[in-house]
Amino acid sequence: MRSWSFDVKRLTLGEMTERSLSEIAGGASLEAADPTSARVRAVAEARSAEPGPLLEILHDVQNEFGHLPESTTPVVAEVLNLSRAEVHGVISFYSDFHTAPPAEVTVAICRGEACQAVGAEALADYAKSRLGVDVGAHAKDGSVGLEQIFCFGNCALGPTASVAGRLHGRVTAERLDALIDDAQAGGSSS
Amino acid sequence: MTVTVYIPRDSSARAVGADEVAVALTAEAARRGDEIRIVRNGSRGMLWLEPFVEVEVDGTRVGYGPVQAGDVAALLDAGLLTGADHGLKHGAVDDLPWLARQDRLTYARMGVIDPLDLADYETHGGLAGLRNAVAMTPQEVVDAVSASGLRGRGGAGFPAGRKWQTVLSAPGDTKYICCNADEGDSGTYADRMLMEGDPFTLLEGMTIAGLAVGATHGYIYIRSEYPDARDILNAAIGAARTFGWLGTDVLGSGRAFDINVRMGAGAYICGEETSMLDSLEGKRGMVRAKPPLPALEGLFGKPTVVNNVLTLGSVPFVLAEGADAHASRGLDRSLGTQVFQLAGNIKQGGVVELGFGVTLRELVEDFGGGTASGRPIRAIQVGGPLGSYLTPDQLDLPMEYETFAAAGAMVGHGGIVVHDDTVDMAKLARFAMEFCSEESCGKCTPCRVGSTRGVEVIDRITAGDDRAGNLTLLLDLCDVMTDGSLCAMGGLTPMPVLSALTKFPEDFGLTAQEVTS
Repeated sequence: MRSWSFDVKRLTLGEMTERSLSEIAGGASLEAADPTSARVRAVAEARSAEPGPLLEILHDVQNEFGHLPESTTPVVAEVLNLSRAEVHGVISFYSDFHTAPPAEVTVAICRGEACQAVGAEALADYAKSRLGVDVGAHAKDGSVGLEQIFCFGNCALGPTASVAGRLHGRVTAERLDALIDDAQAGGSSS
Repeated sequence: MTVTVYIPRDSSARAVGADEVAVALTAEAARRGDEIRIVRNGSRGMLWLEPFVEVEVDGTRVGYGPVQAGDVAALLDAGLLTGADHGLKHGAVDDLPWLARQDRLTYARMGVIDPLDLADYETHGGLAGLRNAVAMTPQEVVDAVSASGLRGRGGAGFPAGRKWQTVLSAPGDTKYICCNADEGDSGTYADRMLMEGDPFTLLEGMTIAGLAVGATHGYIYIRSEYPDARDILNAAIGAARTFGWLGTDVLGSGRAFDINVRMGAGAYICGEETSMLDSLEGKRGMVRAKPPLPALEGLFGKPTVVNNVLTLGSVPFVLAEGADAHASRGLDRSLGTQVFQLAGNIKQGGVVELGFGVTLRELVEDFGGGTASGRPIRAIQVGGPLGSYLTPDQLDLPMEYETFAAAGAMVGHGGIVVHDDTVDMAKLARFAMEFCSEESCGKCTPCRVGSTRGVEVIDRITAGDDRAGNLTLLLDLCDVMTDGSLCAMGGLTPMPVLSALTKFPEDFGLTAQEVTS
């Protein structure tokens, strides 16, 4: 289950006016005070001449910031001459793109049929109880998040899990514990 | 004397400790003063033996596996570097029956060469197909592919030559080659392995396709779950450009062709060719209606060849060895070989390349050795999450497109997922609907909404809530999804659901009579 969180901010009339004015001005005044927006613009402009570059730009922005900062939609829309709705539509379509910072350690469990055939569902249940979070959610302190993936292409050596970006095969509950402990201790798991 | 040791850098091998083995071996050999050269090769495909370490002794490669980092010291003590006996030794790799019984065309170099060493690639037959293609006219290349009988390996089995002919004949200066490397089906990993273990073969196939249809640019659309494959492809593309293969003058032919890798972003539907094209264009991966065919109006509205990794990866062999060499393998109208992938609850999981027509039993029992759990097989899903579930009494079906279709199943991409007798088929049927609701692009209502309703209806059946009424509803829903969806996502999701229902009604709390009446 994907969970998308959107920050709905209540703006005062003054803020709204200020914001619309800055947008009318091409976002330049906003960026003067906001290095993130300026950086997003630079990343977007670096690829804007490529054909159909939106996904590539979003990947680049996310690689740099760990997530897509709030200014991504308006700034990228402007650079590519797209509507914000189009950019938002793309961001919300793909499960890789996150509008909020990721957890420090992300645990992703494969739920593909091949991994299910060797106990992936039990492993996912174990991960939920061990981490105290649901699939698609983060721990309140942001230390760890749990995700489901449909296939890492490791179908002969399941169950498969990725912990802090590293892929592991034949994962048991005990092994998952060790991998999570190791990742949270900041080590490189082996 | 320096001894060459091969340790796969395939991501499945890495997932079970290959990197740690390489680190341990480097350190331990240095400590002992042994001179070794480690090559990070692709996997041989005997995945249950990974990490599978090979040592070259007098020109013969001797295999050991599965090796863990903790085994390294004992292996060296026993004489690993001279190919000495040890509990993990399997002997000369080329003589291992599991490999020797295969007919590897597309996977000829898999695990044999250093994936990024172009000289090694050429020594093992690489670039021969492209060099031949350079000397031929575009029409001759397309004719060779047509005569080879090569069909799309991604699942649909469409004749590759016919697709190429359409693109070649289409008017226009700008055409594209798009490689579909969005291998999202559970139980399939042969695309990934080829990209990681022998990336030049894919690049060669794409270049041949470019020369054949008059395209100067190719894209590889790779799923984001395959970061290793992406990195290796990018490195291979860089090497091919330096070599004078990719770029403005392909091997001195005066013709241009270049390739870029583009990464998906976690959407299964982008493995559907028209969704993939939208995604490549930087849009939501929404399925397009056909016509227009992508061959006529594909990427950015231009004529486009969209082929799967293994389809393009099969092309160099066709051009190097001739169409007949390819067409002489296989069965009926399914010519050539398929790279079958054994997955799930299987004792000896891995990759088996053989001509079409091999039976499911030979693959699952002879090569696979039955279930990993040692329990009886109960269900086998062939062709990915949208494929039917087969029962053990169907094990003698030959793996061939038309026979499978006649049996209400599909060969698809050649992925075979085995489940033992502890499997709950109602749960898997529910999962098929859940997966569809999760991954539907949302364009067609039967797929977008029907899949969610499907989960609910299956839940009501398994809970015993008006079983007869809800069964009628489920069958009706499956009809609507099959007939009312543009692509295979909604259109084929009923296949696993209905096959589970009709073959394993007891898992749903139903009798066979209730299901068939």
